[in-house]
Amino acid sequence: MSSIRENFAPTKKYNTLAFALMAVGIISIIALYISTHGGTGNEEEKKLQDARFWASLMQNSVFFLLIVNAAMFFICATTLAWGGWQLSFRRVTEAVSACVPVLGVIAAAILLSIAFGSNHTIYHWTDAEHVKHDAILDAKKGFLNKGFYTTVTLLTVILWSVLGWKMRQMSRKLDNEPLKTMEEKKKYIWNNTVWAAVYIVVFSLTIMSSLPWLWLMSIDAHWYSTMYSWYTFASSFVAGVALMTLFVVYLKNNGYLQYTNNEHLHDLGKFMFAFSIFWTYLWFSQFMLIWYANIPEETVYFKPRVEGAYSGIFWIMFLINFIAPLLILMSRDAKRNYTTITFMAVLIIFGHWLDFYQMVFPSISKNPPLMIADFGVALGFVGLILFLVGRTLSKYPLVPKNHPFIKESLIHHT
Amino acid sequence: MSVKKFIVGNFYDEAVLFPAVKKVRRAGYKIHDVYTPFPIHGLDKEMGLKDTSLHVAGFIYGITGTTTAVSFITWALTVDWQINFGGKPFFSLPAWIPITFELTVLFAAVGMVLTFCWLCQLAPFVKKDHFNPRSTDDTFVMAVECTDKTSEAEGIAFLQSVGASEVSVQYRETGWWLGRYDRDTTRFGKKVEAAV
Repeated sequence: MSSIRENFAPTKKYNTLAFALMAVGIISIIALYISTHGGTGNEEEKKLQDARFWASLMQNSVFFLLIVNAAMFFICATTLAWGGWQLSFRRVTEAVSACVPVLGVIAAAILLSIAFGSNHTIYHWTDAEHVKHDAILDAKKGFLNKGFYTTVTLLTVILWSVLGWKMRQMSRKLDNEPLKTMEEKKKYIWNNTVWAAVYIVVFSLTIMSSLPWLWLMSIDAHWYSTMYSWYTFASSFVAGVALMTLFVVYLKNNGYLQYTNNEHLHDLGKFMFAFSIFWTYLWFSQFMLIWYANIPEETVYFKPRVEGAYSGIFWIMFLINFIAPLLILMSRDAKRNYTTITFMAVLIIFGHWLDFYQMVFPSISKNPPLMIADFGVALGFVGLILFLVGRTLSKYPLVPKNHPFIKESLIHHT
Repeated sequence: MSVKKFIVGNFYDEAVLFPAVKKVRRAGYKIHDVYTPFPIHGLDKEMGLKDTSLHVAGFIYGITGTTTAVSFITWALTVDWQINFGGKPFFSLPAWIPITFELTVLFAAVGMVLTFCWLCQLAPFVKKDHFNPRSTDDTFVMAVECTDKTSEAEGIAFLQSVGASEVSVQYRETGWWLGRYDRDTTRFGKKVEAAV
């Protein structure tokens, strides 16, 4: 293990790209702010314009927070299963998950500004006057109120950050203090398992249930779906795996991660393929029951999405997120090919970004806002992730060589 | 369906088997098959076996199932017997997806199981020749196929030199056959070694 390149050093090009993308993001936010504010029109239209601006920030920050957090879910799920195959590129997933505190603070700041702002276009339930006359929202007051919203948002970001930090810390500690005896190794694995289990419980109580209800589903406060959180989770996880895969491919192409080979790439491809299908399953379960029952209070969600101005985005999103992975990623050779896997990873991240886009925007405005600025904001977040991941990767060795299961990853064979 | 002549060597250790396979192939002998008590990772690559086409077959069965389901339901519910379900259009694709999915899975699963049995020549009551019954227990058995040009003595000596023990020459049926192991010593009219 001596001859491998253990430490990643971001090239100048890498950092320039990251900063350029961040600059694009900031310019887009400013452009979006200018284009949505200062227009003429009545109070109603002005509020709608303002909501578009905030909706764009919200969609992007929530989406990118959830996909980087999916990396920590990946680590904990594999740790709980006592998996060893992922260890050769585990530091990459750790670096991706290390973005959570920064993106979490950004997302929480944006979400709380929306909840506590004077514009109630996005979250109707924050308008106390309105709730008084709205029997449905009045009944949901115990759940949809600013106090609970704030508590859950802050608690989530803090717990994700702290537990994620703990998991990463346990992994990094091994680099300088190798485990000597079998007893120590067993104890280490046990400790990891316990912390991973704690994280998974927090994860399931947040992203798999309450969080999407509060952050995204409450935009349509009258409507609800029991599938929504699972669906959001599937979306974020498959995009998260795609993001990790992109970093793995980038590092491989630059001569790092010598122990990661086609076998590992094949398994990442399987995750992308399988969770695309899983996403479709949840998407369809939500869609078909509502379509079949045809009850107005439920179809109100799909009406502006399937019909009307957003139908193009809706079906393109479905095509990218289901049909493309199904047909392109099905074969073994495609999952082992760097070009296909990179192409599909980019496509999947874009597809699920569109998915989040159609989760947020159709409920706010009937006509799609100009999307170029939204792409710009997304690129800004991509730049931020690139910068943060590059910085974290360069700080620690790329291979956790003292992990008790590392051998499993080196001889991994599918 | 043909009886062929084989030189059969037995190995007791994986670590001997792997280099032996490599050497036998490099020497130009044709390995008919290697029989092992359990699956061994990497042996297929060492033997130069081609990847299975079972998954391609599975894909074809799957899309056959999809097509069957969609076309049949479409015909039944829009042409043959139109039923008004709560005002839905006759062509209601979302409602058919679960059945389409199930039929896709059914076709793919059943088709692949049958194809697998066909490729491996497995069926009820059908028999296949064993080179050494111990390959189902604790021995790795390598069967090298003899051609007209193969010298028996040379082949035996070579297998022994790469670590095989109890090397023997056997006449065996390569395909599947119906009959009984304890009685039949001919396959399709040709003589083979007694099975037990």
